[in-house]
Amino acid sequence: MHTEMDGKLMTGAEILLECLTREGVECFFGYPGGVTLPFYDALYDHHIRHILVRHEENAAFAAEGYARATGKVGVCCATSGPGATNLVTGLVDAMMDSIPLVAITGQVHSKLIGSDAFQEADTFGITRSCTKHNFMVKNVQELPQIIKEAFYIAASGRPGPVLVDIPKDVFQARSHYVPVESVHLPGYKVFTEGHAGQIRRAAQLIWEAEKPLVYAGGGIIAANASAELTELVETANLPAVCTLMALGSLSSGHPNFISMPGMHGSYAANMALTDCDLLIALGTRFDDRVTGSLNTFAKHARVIHVDIDPAEIGKNRIPDIPIVGDVKRVLQKLIKNLQELEAESKAVKAPARTTWHKQIKVWKAERPYDCPHSDTEIKPQHLMEEIDRLSGGQAIVCSDVGQHQMWAAQLIRFNEPRLWINSGGLGSMGFGMPSALGAQMARPDKLVFSISGDGGFQMSLSELATIASHALPIKIIVMNNGVLGMVRQWQTLFYNNRLSAITLDCFPDAEKLAAAYGFKGRTIDKPWELASALLEAVNEPGPYLLNVKVTPDENVYPMVPAGGAIYDMVFCPKEPVGV
Amino acid sequence: MLQTISLLMENKPGALLRVTGVLAARGYNIESLTVAKTMDPELSRMTIVVDVEDRLRTQVIKQMNKLINVLQASDMSETPAVIREMVLVRVRCSQETRTAVIKEAEIFHARVVDSSTEGFAIEATGEPGKLDEFVDVMRSYGETDVVRSGAISMSLEARKLRLQPPVSTPVAV
Repeated sequence: MHTEMDGKLMTGAEILLECLTREGVECFFGYPGGVTLPFYDALYDHHIRHILVRHEENAAFAAEGYARATGKVGVCCATSGPGATNLVTGLVDAMMDSIPLVAITGQVHSKLIGSDAFQEADTFGITRSCTKHNFMVKNVQELPQIIKEAFYIAASGRPGPVLVDIPKDVFQARSHYVPVESVHLPGYKVFTEGHAGQIRRAAQLIWEAEKPLVYAGGGIIAANASAELTELVETANLPAVCTLMALGSLSSGHPNFISMPGMHGSYAANMALTDCDLLIALGTRFDDRVTGSLNTFAKHARVIHVDIDPAEIGKNRIPDIPIVGDVKRVLQKLIKNLQELEAESKAVKAPARTTWHKQIKVWKAERPYDCPHSDTEIKPQHLMEEIDRLSGGQAIVCSDVGQHQMWAAQLIRFNEPRLWINSGGLGSMGFGMPSALGAQMARPDKLVFSISGDGGFQMSLSELATIASHALPIKIIVMNNGVLGMVRQWQTLFYNNRLSAITLDCFPDAEKLAAAYGFKGRTIDKPWELASALLEAVNEPGPYLLNVKVTPDENVYPMVPAGGAIYDMVFCPKEPVGV
Repeated sequence: MLQTISLLMENKPGALLRVTGVLAARGYNIESLTVAKTMDPELSRMTIVVDVEDRLRTQVIKQMNKLINVLQASDMSETPAVIREMVLVRVRCSQETRTAVIKEAEIFHARVVDSSTEGFAIEATGEPGKLDEFVDVMRSYGETDVVRSGAISMSLEARKLRLQPPVSTPVAV
């Protein structure tokens, strides 16, 4: 494609903006500084929207929120030195959850690199292990090629973060801009199709199984394969668990959906995993928070493992049928194979399959998630239940990390993918509010809740300013128990209730805090205020900060102690533990 | 068990660090590492000898193959391969033992590269184990300085190198 830009003499900064435009970037999140001055100068005349966050870490989290809500590549930008190092947590977070991200960092002038210049850091070295790939641009001529490759690598295969480090003089240098329309990365292999024979065999195993179970992971969402997952589950009438990263990939309302498995997963999900005879693992990595002790995990099951990353196959569990490929493509073929075999195979195991579904129903009924209510205090679970009621499976919920994250994952329903946004693999506190900022930017049509604890909220408190300045109608819910709840829970259960360094006193007055930023806020602590306060928040056209004081000593159950077998769950005791 | 990994990779800044990073991040210590340009100056061949637990060997190779700059990583311990190393030994020896030192060097097909009144500098190539023996023998004659190159390896089986062709990418504008 040719535009009036082709062959035009432009600065590196202008070329970068042109490349970003061509990649479809409409908005990005950043914070300027010394070496990115030429870039921000070019931005002054450009239509791309830049969101000035209040801390670079939040630029990365916001870009993640944007990417997670849309599936598009999120973009963030920071200056050299401290700007770049502040991005690191967000990069690792995106790496762990396979989120497509491109980070642009400024670097000191090429001639000064290695001289300990002002605001110099070895960004290329520091971010090597926390990106899928990173680049340092040596001269302006290679900039278009590198940006093209960065976006291609970030979005293709197993997605991930890519960083491009650009020295100040490259932003300033002039070059005749020649657009790039292909990439040549001979060592970058993306396997998409899956082995036809293995897929056929998988289809046979699925019909032969008496107690099959789908174990869906974040890969389903990354591959936009929700429709295929739903079709698979319906074609062979398979029960399914969705990991923390996959919530919404199969609608929470689907009759075959069991719930989230793992450390704080449901009894039914963990029992189904333990008892199944065929585990169909799709775009998932057998994470320790899901499997508990690997020796006891799905011990009697044969395993079909579909993943786009060959290194995930056999990393934690050796599968009987390994399939390397894009889960969307593989599922399309698998469904076709299942349909071909349906006539001859379906009836064979039908009675056993009916028993299996009944058994799962029994487990579900036996021990649903606890959702206690109180007449005097707001139970954290009650809060999630009310948010769920308002959302009706439709709202975007961006969660921070900790107890509230687990309760939200347990009790809030998601009818579609890309509604539940949280830091799964890395568990980065402070993720909630900036990711909500990114998600709301990407989806102005959606109701967005940011749910944090009083700990994580204060880690990215600075973004209240960004939210206010863009009048983003985010409903900021603080589940305030006055402590670092998840740490307290572990100290209570595993450290003899010796509560060390967990008290968060001196929380700001939410009404005054919000008012200081120019929007509404409120603190509530009575259960009868909950529904009306949430409704008031949702009806407010602008941002709203709702500080909900909840029972301080509630624990998340069920719980599988770290490294234990997932069928060995600890349930809520009749009497409160500790305190 | 010691594992010999052979890698074909793009000759780009930082590529070496990416490969060694896979090992360092898992706490593995590298026994030896050699790297040089291939006939195609845009590519490098690297041989790494590293002590990796058996059950994690495949995982390490897979992680290396995932690196964008790596065209192929293969486990030389599992295929027929030639593994060779070079050693330079400077040995101090007395007038009486000079002839004996040269005789020993000949047995190992080693070559004297420098001679002085103090002794010799000798180069030898061979399998790493053979070189250990050579060094031991030289040390029995007197004080030595030893520099080893680290192993290089070549597979004896033709390996198909699958490279990704250029991919055209959609343009938004």
